[in-house]
Amino acid sequence: MENFAYASPATLQEALGLLSTKPGEVQPLAGGTDLISMMKEHLVTPRLIVNIKQIKELGGITSGKYGVRIGSMVTFDDLMENALLRKSLPSLVEAARGVASPQIRNMGTVGGDLCQRPRCWYFRQGYGVLAMDNNKALVPDGENRYHAILNNNGPAFFVSPSSLGPALVALGATVRVVSASGSRDIAADKFFVTPLNESMREVAIQPNELVSEIHVPIGTRNATYEVRHKTALDWPLATASVALKMNGSTVTSARVVLGHVAPTPFEATAADKVLAGKGITEEVATQAAKQALMDATPLSQNAYKVQLARVAIKRALLEAVKG
Amino acid sequence: MPDYSWPPMNDRRVIGKRISRLDGGAKSSGRAKYASDFYRKDLLFGMLLTSPHAHAKIVSINLDDAKSLKGVTAVRAIAAPGDEIQWEGAEIAAVAATSEEIARDAIRNIKVEYQVLPHLVKEEDLSKAGPRAKAAGEQVTGDPDKAFQDADAVVVEGFYGIPVLTHCCLESHGNVVEWRQDGLNLWPSTQNVSGIGGDLATSLKYPAGKIKVEMDYIGGGFGSKFAADRWGVETAYLSQMSGGRPVKLMLERRDELMIGGNRPSGFAKIKVAAKKDGTITAWQSESWATGGIGGGGSPPLPYVFTEIPNKRMSHSAVATNTGGVRAWRAPNHPQASYLTCSALEDLAAKLKMDPVDLFMKNLEVTARADTYRAQLVKASELIEWKKNWHQRGEGDPGPVKRGLGLAINTWGGGGHTSQCRTIINPDGSVQIEIGSQDVGSGTRTVITQVAAETLGLPVGSVQLVMGNNSLPPSGPSGGSTTVGGVSSSTRKSSVNALNKLLETVAPVMGVQPEQLKAVDGRIQMKDNPSKSMTWQAACAKLGTNKISEMGANDQRKPEGLNSSGVGGIQMADVSVDTETGIVKMNRFVAVQDVGLVVNPKLADSQIHGAVIMGICGALMEERVMDAYTGRMLNPDMEFYKLAGIGDIGEIISHLDITPEHDKRGVIGLGEPPAIGVVAAIANAVANAIGVRVPRVPLTPMHVLAALEGRNA
Repeated sequence: MENFAYASPATLQEALGLLSTKPGEVQPLAGGTDLISMMKEHLVTPRLIVNIKQIKELGGITSGKYGVRIGSMVTFDDLMENALLRKSLPSLVEAARGVASPQIRNMGTVGGDLCQRPRCWYFRQGYGVLAMDNNKALVPDGENRYHAILNNNGPAFFVSPSSLGPALVALGATVRVVSASGSRDIAADKFFVTPLNESMREVAIQPNELVSEIHVPIGTRNATYEVRHKTALDWPLATASVALKMNGSTVTSARVVLGHVAPTPFEATAADKVLAGKGITEEVATQAAKQALMDATPLSQNAYKVQLARVAIKRALLEAVKG
Repeated sequence: MPDYSWPPMNDRRVIGKRISRLDGGAKSSGRAKYASDFYRKDLLFGMLLTSPHAHAKIVSINLDDAKSLKGVTAVRAIAAPGDEIQWEGAEIAAVAATSEEIARDAIRNIKVEYQVLPHLVKEEDLSKAGPRAKAAGEQVTGDPDKAFQDADAVVVEGFYGIPVLTHCCLESHGNVVEWRQDGLNLWPSTQNVSGIGGDLATSLKYPAGKIKVEMDYIGGGFGSKFAADRWGVETAYLSQMSGGRPVKLMLERRDELMIGGNRPSGFAKIKVAAKKDGTITAWQSESWATGGIGGGGSPPLPYVFTEIPNKRMSHSAVATNTGGVRAWRAPNHPQASYLTCSALEDLAAKLKMDPVDLFMKNLEVTARADTYRAQLVKASELIEWKKNWHQRGEGDPGPVKRGLGLAINTWGGGGHTSQCRTIINPDGSVQIEIGSQDVGSGTRTVITQVAAETLGLPVGSVQLVMGNNSLPPSGPSGGSTTVGGVSSSTRKSSVNALNKLLETVAPVMGVQPEQLKAVDGRIQMKDNPSKSMTWQAACAKLGTNKISEMGANDQRKPEGLNSSGVGGIQMADVSVDTETGIVKMNRFVAVQDVGLVVNPKLADSQIHGAVIMGICGALMEERVMDAYTGRMLNPDMEFYKLAGIGDIGEIISHLDITPEHDKRGVIGLGEPPAIGVVAAIANAVANAIGVRVPRVPLTPMHVLAALEGRNA
């Protein structure tokens, strides 16, 4: 790790004043579960680390008229323990529950989850987020078992690592980002972007901005289903998060979003169409899952993820309408 | 000649008892200190620069910028310009510095220019190996062609593969070395306390007698920690260059996985023929494997069922630009068991035969039919085989399918060469001195039990000193030979010491020494227990002279105290979610023959550990190499996946504790239960889902590919 300066401002304004418009120069520190390992591997070498965990404005879970406000420094563990979320937003709670281990869930934050960098092993070994070596894309002919099966026609092949992203997109959440000059709201589905070159990030925030809070509407039946190889301390192979507006037992509108299958959370609009106007049965869920993956283009090793994504959708849908 | 034989089974007070490991408290509380815990005020931190390339020639190495860093005390080039590097992770240079951070900075300041050369890092597709594959020649017995062509023969053919696994000890390889003018102190993480100093001495051309080795605890070895290793030698030089200050160098996790040693892969095309009644008539295997640039890894095929009448075997070793092979808990056996038992299970499925019956039918071609027969019965009973087994793929109708599978193991064991000293002091205290090591298997506890049993004392009355090379030497802990060696040497030294004590007190009691024995803290007449004296009183008769007696085990002459050659049967009960390909362990049964069991609780622990290791290999563990860059993609504990507590299921161990096995003496247990786990689980999965998954680990990728008929 390179040497760096460290600041721990008490207020949000103070913290924002320390950020830089130059990419990588100043890094905000939340739980640090990703940042510290990136620094150890010299994948980022910030001049200044700004600890934002103690900033009060960035904390707290509160409910308002249209939904729930979640501060960006809320931890996974906070999400899991919150009674309001457990009742209204089980998809978010379940997504948090799947994260790594109790230690990581105690430290990792909502903001950090959204802004963490991909787990692609080529990226982590220093080949960049697009995994190139001397103009050769390493993923298509390489070890791509964990890579994207959708929106993977290049140059990006990694999968979005966010655990909460699919649920937030499905729920129609809004991400508020702030900078010294003000704040702006970004719809969760616009927050995640696919980089086209190495200078682009995977999220739509500028280096001098922070995620301050998330606004999540309530009033849907929602659920997340994660396919994970190990029972703990493992990344999902595929995740599905669904949010259903219901009239009785009939779906009036649906949002089905997949995680860990594309460079961003993948909105399976083909599934949404299948579900509208129907009740959720195993047959309907299976049909929606099938449609959702019609356009999948698996790489040489990851055809199995198509099936995993399908089963995640089916099981999330059945879970959403259970009980 | 004193009688060293073990006391009869029904007359043991300490041996054979389920005593908890004596160092459990120290280990679980953190009081136990490991080489990686070593700290002293003047300690320096050592670090390696390793090659990022799989195959390259060193053009130049410039150490100047590293040397000029403040806090750096030594910088050494390990490789030289012109050297050819044959794997990623190969040692290039080493530094020592006053802090870990400075050492890291120094490593980054070393400038190395490489000329990158073509590499081969994958061996699964033998056709791509070209001249890198070296065939070992064909072995033929009988007339396999005729046997396969027999009109009545039922023939199966299959491809099976098991990948390279890397060592991944919780405590990585490494050591602390302090090389001063007057001598060298070594604090290693080693399976070889008595021998590692000599190994280091040879490399340093320094007198072995001036090297002191100390190690109380080790955080895992599993066959990978016998030698001083290149990094040990480098640590010594770094210390010497730093004015004799101690230097700690432990491998980084990534280096641990790349150069800490690995288990060779095993791939094979196998063909087996049997009569309709299940009698195996012919075997044919074309196998290949890699163990790094030196090739390596020749699984003994067919495994256990060695006397099949007609056989043809060929094997190729593939030289890859990957880190080197090291012993890994039963070298070559897990691969051989997996390859053989998979093929036999496929044969049973084709014959529509219960594989337990198929194994039973063919035990006569194994070396220990009676043992296996009894074990098959016992294991079947424990896993409720008859109730739970079904024909392949004919299980539950839902998406989650349950299946059972079995596997077989064999191993040598025996007792390594070991010397022990038993000291009886006039105050009645007892000290055992032995230059062995407890690699986590419970050696401390076992030695203490043997001494206590022999001297008629409780375990708490025996003080054990071990873990340094000034003590009577004992062999390295490998090949499951430790318990046989140390139990025998301890028995002998303790019998010898006791006899000295009896010789002292016999005249006082007015009897002959042969009429006395030590039991329950007393010295008493064998045929008249009322005539006795306390242990303390007896020892007081020594005056000011302590008793110090040696005992030795000779590996080639165990004198009935230890033995070798065991067998075991293992069975797995799994559930497979056929929609996700995820395999869940329900139960795992391990039935093992181990001779005389000194401590059944520790023996059970050994089996549990071995089974957990096997579950990792069966379900998730695999070295992933990138063909293009030549690099290992998962040298970490994120994607080099190991099972967690939730992935393991229930483990049921059964030790064959019977008079017949007991009378063979003590036999090691570290390796045998690690052998059949992958095979049993792979067979259970095939039984559950109805198709063979040809390639382990049994990840969703491989399981779903098999279910969907894809080539994984």
